[in-house]
Parts: sequence; structure tokens; C-alpha cells
Amino acid sequence: MAFGIRLHVRGRNALFTRPELKVERVSYDVMTPSAARGILEAIHWKPAISWVIDRIHVLEPIRFQSIRRNEVGHKAPAGAIKSAMKRGDLAGVQLLVDEDRQQRAATVLVNPAYVIEAHFTLSARAGADENAGKHLDIFNRRAARGQCFHQPCLGAREFAADFALVPPDAPLPARNPQAETADLGFGTPRDLGLMLWDIDHAAPGRPSMFFRARLVDGVMEVPAPGSAEVLR
Amino acid sequence: MTPLSRRHDFVLIFDVTNGNPNGDPDAGNLPRMDPETNHGLVSDVSLKRKIRNYVELARAGVEGHHIYVQEGAILNEKHRQAYVAVRGDEKSKKDAKLNPKTDAEADELRAWMCANFFDVRTFGAVMSTGINCGQVKGPVQMTFARSVEPIFPVEVSITRMAATNEAEKKKRDAADDSDSRTDNRTMGRKHIVPYGLYVAHGFISAKFAERTGFSEADLDLLLEALASMFEHDRSAARGEMTTRKLIVFAHENPLGNAPAHALFDRVRIGRDVDGAFRELDDRGLGNLAPARKFSDYRVEIDREGLPAGVEIREIL
Repeated sequence: MAFGIRLHVRGRNALFTRPELKVERVSYDVMTPSAARGILEAIHWKPAISWVIDRIHVLEPIRFQSIRRNEVGHKAPAGAIKSAMKRGDLAGVQLLVDEDRQQRAATVLVNPAYVIEAHFTLSARAGADENAGKHLDIFNRRAARGQCFHQPCLGAREFAADFALVPPDAPLPARNPQAETADLGFGTPRDLGLMLWDIDHAAPGRPSMFFRARLVDGVMEVPAPGSAEVLR
Repeated sequence: MTPLSRRHDFVLIFDVTNGNPNGDPDAGNLPRMDPETNHGLVSDVSLKRKIRNYVELARAGVEGHHIYVQEGAILNEKHRQAYVAVRGDEKSKKDAKLNPKTDAEADELRAWMCANFFDVRTFGAVMSTGINCGQVKGPVQMTFARSVEPIFPVEVSITRMAATNEAEKKKRDAADDSDSRTDNRTMGRKHIVPYGLYVAHGFISAKFAERTGFSEADLDLLLEALASMFEHDRSAARGEMTTRKLIVFAHENPLGNAPAHALFDRVRIGRDVDGAFRELDDRGLGNLAPARKFSDYRVEIDREGLPAGVEIREIL
């Protein structure tokens, strides 16, 4: 692979919300490809390139915890903002948290650590003189220095991700020996069921795409875009 | 106002004495804890609530510093109702749902929200403008605060010398307790952490600041809020909470000059044993009395070999 990169990410908690359990959020067992893409894009992205996730290595045992928080139930209504703009005063735009309270639990991952293997392809929006090597260099430079567009996160912004570049010739960071269990597919492959692959932002209605995720010896292979394994 | 041009990462260190910094709605308002390690937690949203409250107090009515996610009643709304009642005009339209017709309009709405509301400009907000694109992602991102050592919450039973209603009083009288002092008594419960030192991490993206117009002045206000937000959040439940340290890493480059976690690792917290620094996982600490004040801890900042272009600002 010409433009492959490997990024080591870890954090204290992660929440890769399952779309079917998103009111009281429950995380997937493993980082989704779309979350991995978001992390790479937080470090470097231009419309000229699109990131493709190849595989995700799981380095720590999969553990969960529950956190319940007070949340608000509503989004800002565009209509109220518009009429306030016209009127020229702010009345009625605010959200009253204690009258609009929802208590929601989230089942989050504990101490997750991954290696994301990915590459990028030039997209349709790339100019004729676009140079793939340039973007690869920019990404590698930024990731090695800890630079980012915004701090990447593990599924939700309150769970910040620490990241470090794994240089091309360096070995992968060591996996926690305690993680080498059937839970991560050591011995026999573990079926994680259907997992969100990504959201098709180009299509009308923004449909979700899924794939059948499997952990084999701690590694989740991610199907390539357009392959038959990506289900719509 | 020019937007912030440098990336910042910050470490907020605060403590609680005989109070409950953040109750867990799942556990009957017990202080939040990591169930595996017994370290105390304070959620990101709890800290953001305090920042909002501080800005609301300190910049009440100041142009561009309104708070979108508010607590309590809005006085403006009441004022408006009065005007409407007196003048009889201003029929606000009651459309079921309104979405902006074009992207340009959605941008305009977003820009107006960012210009008027400090918390939208700082933390972002989700607005139902268009399909899945009405989000303002704010430059400031905060994580859960975690106590440096396991906490040991204490349940305190309290009594109240009054009954809530007549029925309760009758029931008590029927029980016929001869001691009149215990008449009408109600028992209550408080959960406190005798002492806990918490650390939260925060990130400020210069690139997102560009998009929402979060300026240098906003940064100063944010830091001011972080330093003194607990001073204006006194209540029976909180006990004594204080911001002890606020350490800001300012990067010269808008994208940053060093990984955030490497900078955070430079802030080392240990126990103070007769004036000497001891690591928290030092086995020798087992015989030491539990920490009950800030001076039982030592916070050290490793300034050796700081990456080029990173400046440490100690606000507190």
C-alpha cells in the first residue's frame, strides 16, 4: 500500500454509539470505521482526499461502564432564531435546562487503545495537479508532532483521544497480554455482529452503511469502499 | 474581534472539602465514582454548566455574552410578555417546524447565534437547521475530571424539625413519642466527599475558534471563569470547592507544537510527605493518613526541555 499510515490512539473512555441504542447510548465493542475516519480527519483532511480505514487493532480488553448524566431534550429551533433575528432581540431563543431535562445513561468503553491502519485516495474534488505525497507528508508530520485541527475524540467529544504516529518501519505498540482472550477473537474469530461502516453523506437522506464485523486475533478487518461486504 | 490564533490545552485542578462535587443520578445522588477504581468523577457537562453560570453572572446583559443553555426563568421573556400585553402587537408565528431554505440562510443563522451567545461560540450547539448540518462545533472541548486518588464518600444523616404536611404530623403524633423534641422530625441524607483533588483536561482548537469567532477576549473570560466559577456556585450540597491550579499550554502554531497528552504528563501530582514529593502509586504511602487538604498534595510542572513553540501559562 503506497499511502498507508498507522496511528496509535487511546483514551480513558470511548463511546461509539450504536445507532439502534442511541437514546440511552450503548457503545460498540470496538471503534467503528467512521469514528476512526473522524480521528484522522481531525489531524489532516482536505476535500481533495478521502480516508479509507483498512483495519483496526484492539490493544486492550473490552470493558464497559455506565454513566448517567443530565442532558437537554431539544435542539435550537431555526424558526425561533430567525424570528429573533428579524425582531432584533434575544427573547425566546434560550433553552431552559431545568424545564427540559432528560436523564440519560451511556454505556461507555473503559481504557480503550487501538491502532488504526488506513490510507487515503484522491477524491473527485482533487485538482489535476494534486499530489498524494504532499498530503501523506502533512499527515505524518502533524501526527508525529501532535498537531491537529482539533483534538480528536473517541466517539464523543468529552472522551478525548491521545494519538501518536506509528512510523512505517516501527513495530506495532504491544498489546496488553490480558487482552489476548476469546473476547478479542484469539483462538476462534469473534463475530461482533453488524457494525456501522460509515454514513453516506453524498446520498440524499444520508443513509447508514453497515458491515459484518469480526475480530480475528485482536484485529478487525474493514471492507473497502464499494465492496460487496458493505451493506446498505 | 479577531478569533483566537493559537491552540491551547489546559489542566484544571480543583478540590472539594466536605461536599458533593457532582451527584450521580444513577446512584441516588452519590458522588460520581469510577466503579472499578473508586476514583471520583465530575462530568464535562457539570463543569461547562458552571462556566455558563459564571459568564451569566459576570457578564449579565453584555452584548454578545448571552447564555443559550440557561438555568431558571428568563426575565427577558417576562418583559416581552409585558410589552405584548400592553401594545397588543407582535404576533409570533406558530409554525410547526421551520427549516432554512438554503445553506446560506443556515450559515447566517449560525453566525448570528455565535455572535450573540457566549456558550454557542465556546462549546457549540446543535441546531435543527437543515438536515444534519446545523451543528456548531465549539473550539473548547473538556473531558471528565477525575480525582487523583480514590475517594471515600461518606453518608451523613440529617434531621429536620418540621413535618412536610398535616398528614405527616398526624402520623407522628399517633406514634406518641413522649420526647417533644423529636416531634415532627424528618430524616434526610447527604453524601459528601471529605476531601478530593480532581483534574480535568481541556482543549481549545484555534481552527474551530476561527469558525465560531471565539476571540482572545473570550479566552480570557473562559480562563477567568475556570479560575473563579466555584466561588459563585456555593450551595448546601457542594461544600467547599476551589480551583487550585489552572495551567495553560499555549502553542505558537494554530495546529499545535506538541501532543496534548505529552504536555499534560508534565503536570505531576503527588503526595507531600514532609515537604518531599512522593508518587501517588508509591507503596510507602499506604501507612499515611488520607489527604484532607490541598497542602497534602504537591503539584509540580516539568518545564525541562519544553517543546519549541509551547508556552506554559500558570493562571493560578
